[in-house]
Amino acid sequence: MEVAYYPGCTLKANARNFEDSALFACEKLDIEIKELSRWNCCGTVFSLSTDDLIHHMAPVRNLIRVEENGSNRVMTLCAMCYNTLKRANERVKADPESLEKLNRVMYKEEVDYQGNVEVVHMLELLRDEIEFTNLASKVIKPLNNLKVACYYGCMLVRPEGIGFDDIENPSVLEDLIHVLEGQPVDFPFKTECCGAYQTVDKPDIIAERTDQIINSARNRGAEVMVMACPLCAFNLDHRQKITRQVYSGFRGMPVLYFSQLLALALGCGTETLKFDLHYFNPEPILKEKGLI
Amino acid sequence: MSERVDVSRTRIGDPFVLKIEELSGQNLLACYQCGKCSAGCPAVSEMDILPNQIIRYAQLGLTDELIRSKSIWVCASCLTCNARCPKGINIAEVIEALRQIQLRRRNDHIDIGKVKDPEMEELPPIALISSFRKFTS
Ligand code: SF4
Ligand code: SF4
Repeated sequence: MEVAYYPGCTLKANARNFEDSALFACEKLDIEIKELSRWNCCGTVFSLSTDDLIHHMAPVRNLIRVEENGSNRVMTLCAMCYNTLKRANERVKADPESLEKLNRVMYKEEVDYQGNVEVVHMLELLRDEIEFTNLASKVIKPLNNLKVACYYGCMLVRPEGIGFDDIENPSVLEDLIHVLEGQPVDFPFKTECCGAYQTVDKPDIIAERTDQIINSARNRGAEVMVMACPLCAFNLDHRQKITRQVYSGFRGMPVLYFSQLLALALGCGTETLKFDLHYFNPEPILKEKGLI
Repeated sequence: MSERVDVSRTRIGDPFVLKIEELSGQNLLACYQCGKCSAGCPAVSEMDILPNQIIRYAQLGLTDELIRSKSIWVCASCLTCNARCPKGINIAEVIEALRQIQLRRRNDHIDIGKVKDPEMEELPPIALISSFRKFTS
């Protein structure tokens, strides 16, 4: 299977561990990834006001790139890119007049956006096209009952019609972990917001959420937490540093991208998993489980 | 709040309220104050006016209170309120409209030059860009 791929900014910087592990997994699963030859930042957030057309230009320009690359769909890894690209796409498809306006503003583009692109997340591809049952046969290193809390945050599941799973009780990550022979741990904060962009000027808000979300998973017995968003990962992993300063009893937990556990189970080595990019080092628990 | 609120037809028909409705694309009068939006909002502990109250204040045309509210800047657009509202109101869009009204008056919430977080360099692009998109004009 061949698929066009939009990485987004953070996957080329702080979240190389996300990209490299996902690319490794895709190769093992015979998904041929074609990174767009050119792309720009999607804007990270979908503009919520009715008249703010200008902020949909960045995502729509990327959709032009997909068409230029001869594809009619594009895969993302980052939950925020996924949400922004998909919502902008649905918005202009539903409103041809605004699409025409945008195309007019982007008159220097060689082609107009036609509205023929579909935006998919890697987890959707794994679930719906590779299918988890087929994935099971490719597992080289089962996760040895590693207890995994699956954290979705906001942008994989909301709003209705954009998210690709149940809006209140998604299960795609648990299903994946199950196939990899890890042990998914249910906890009540899996779709609770980590505080997102508040991290820049109000890190104390993030410390409160991190304390709540990580503790809840710990109390249910989780050993690690997985996610699909580099902003969630920054907040729930790197912000553990200030969380520790504010909440004295906070013990923390390693935070991983789902793709890192997937790659690990498919035989990936630690150099590709890039644990040096983490705040809470996941290596001790993975060693304890005999996984690295 | 123990303050007396003066409600009149003029306040309800206030151009500011119409602007909120226009920018958010929401019918504010559809809200029947069940409170589900506030019950699910993870940011309420930081808020001075709760999400359901934001809708009520907007219905009543309490424009100054809305504009001065701290809540519009602690909302993280997580969309939980939207997902839970039994009347299909997109509360997050209403809050975005309030932020937009402020930002379009050049009342930025953060000054990029003054973000002195010692960790500034460690912040990933996704954090900086989303924050600037939400909090600056
Ligand atoms: S959930 Fe909807 S109807 Fe209920 S108070 Fe909030 S906005 Fe109003
Ligand atoms: S979008 Fe804002 S108001 Fe709504 S639940 Fe999330 S933080 Fe609360």
